Amino acid sequence: MEKKKQGLAIPYIAWTVIFSIVPLIIILVYSFCERTPYGDIVFKFTTENYVKFFQPIYLKVLWRSVVLAVSSTLACLLIGYPMAWIIARAGDRARNFMVMLFVLPLWTNFLLRTYAWMGLLRENGFFNQLLMAIGLIHQPLKMLYTDGAVMVGMVYNFLPFMVLPIYSVLVKMDQGHIDAANDLGADPKQTFLRVILPLSFPGIVSGIIMVFMPALSTFIISDLLGGGQTMMLGNLIQNQFLSARNWQFGSAISSVMIVMVLITTLISGKYRGEGSEMLW
Amino acid sequence: MVKKFGKWFYAGLIYVFMYLPIVVLIIYSFNDSRYRGNWEGFTLRWYAELIKDRSIMDALKNTILIAVISSFGATVLGTMAAIGIFAMKPKVRNFMVDLTYLPVTYPEIVIGVSLLALYVGIGLPLGFWSIVLSHITFCVPFVVIAVLPKLYQLNPNLEEAAMDLGATPSQAFWKVILPEIMPGVMTGMLLSFTLSLDDFLISFFTTGSGVNTLAIKIYSMTKVGVTPKINALTTIIFVTILTLLLVIQGREKKVEK
Repeated sequence: MEKKKQGLAIPYIAWTVIFSIVPLIIILVYSFCERTPYGDIVFKFTTENYVKFFQPIYLKVLWRSVVLAVSSTLACLLIGYPMAWIIARAGDRARNFMVMLFVLPLWTNFLLRTYAWMGLLRENGFFNQLLMAIGLIHQPLKMLYTDGAVMVGMVYNFLPFMVLPIYSVLVKMDQGHIDAANDLGADPKQTFLRVILPLSFPGIVSGIIMVFMPALSTFIISDLLGGGQTMMLGNLIQNQFLSARNWQFGSAISSVMIVMVLITTLISGKYRGEGSEMLW
Repeated sequence: MVKKFGKWFYAGLIYVFMYLPIVVLIIYSFNDSRYRGNWEGFTLRWYAELIKDRSIMDALKNTILIAVISSFGATVLGTMAAIGIFAMKPKVRNFMVDLTYLPVTYPEIVIGVSLLALYVGIGLPLGFWSIVLSHITFCVPFVVIAVLPKLYQLNPNLEEAAMDLGATPSQAFWKVILPEIMPGVMTGMLLSFTLSLDDFLISFFTTGSGVNTLAIKIYSMTKVGVTPKINALTTIIFVTILTLLLVIQGREKKVEK
């Protein structure tokens, strides 16, 4: 009986092998292949694709991607944690409504929401007109096509992925722990740093992963809000596959990205513990 | 009092940040001008023209068809997998769960390019069905992850009891086990449907010429200016979902009472 049941997983295992594992192996193989001048793939071992990636021009792209992804993740954490706390401490009815309000934007197309930011940030856009109307600035600021715009776009798109996991940890937190800390003479700051923050750690780690990964690999946000100026890893991969027709180099960058993901997952897996399934 | 005010002010600010772009999108669906930025008066003409726009309607049809087929495929494949994995020995089971989580943490762009490399490698024509295969691939793990907990919660004696009372194994499954794990199956299916509807990156890399989904269509427009017809479509979708959610919440409240 159990044997027969186990057999039900066979189609899924086959599917995973064909559509998840084999493609990754192909990418890995391509990344070590030579290239003819016309862009065809020659199955001859070379490390030139990786050597190419470690040139200053591409290292700069890597560095910029990491800096932008780390700063957006931090911004999401700093903005999102208090928000998660406020929602978790709200009354029952308000709480459900507030969570729903946070999920709702995710149902509108993410490209369109990012595109709408282009309209808000452009020179005659909402923010410049607002700032000029209240007299803070006299000339429109250049907001669109800057790193700042890319960061706003990332924080905007990924904030729910930080708030929701932290919220789900905070909402389950036993009020008794906080009361006990207060009774034992902890001031609010101590209570937060010694009790609340450590207890919410699993949620924070889940949130960081869920924001950092897409932030590192996005190409839409940097494409639309950064213009041509903000080249990130995602844009680089897209270029190599769709315009430059250098799949080997694109594969090498993808492989580097996979390694970065694996490292992040391994590090965070240590701290994740029970938090990982909080989302589901 | 001040503290409470501060809290609501902060929450309010965050919500303004979250909804500002959406409100702007909706407002411009009623703007009587092709170009954004200047308000030329109220109109409903974009809604009328939307229905007549063949290419947007085709993209919408593709998007919905792909989402229906792939969420159904992913649900069948994923539910079977969850039952199979649950029947395995703990060590194998843990390995399978880890394997399931793997694609969930991968960057979408890597999934996109690696699937493109696979399809080109085996000579699969790029288009509607290559998108469906890709969507099933990234949706299945979510179904497995949604169904597995329900199996853990299941009373292990339930199936035996059903068979003791004369049910065949297949009857026991369809009449006893499946209804018990149904909430997980539905969660997985809804999640898959949503993920598929909203996907851009993976469709973008695995589509062929001529086959558009809404997201791909919108992306190609962002370079030259998105037509207000798309704003109109988004407004319709947004209002529909908002209404659905409010109805569901209202019903839940009634049930609670």
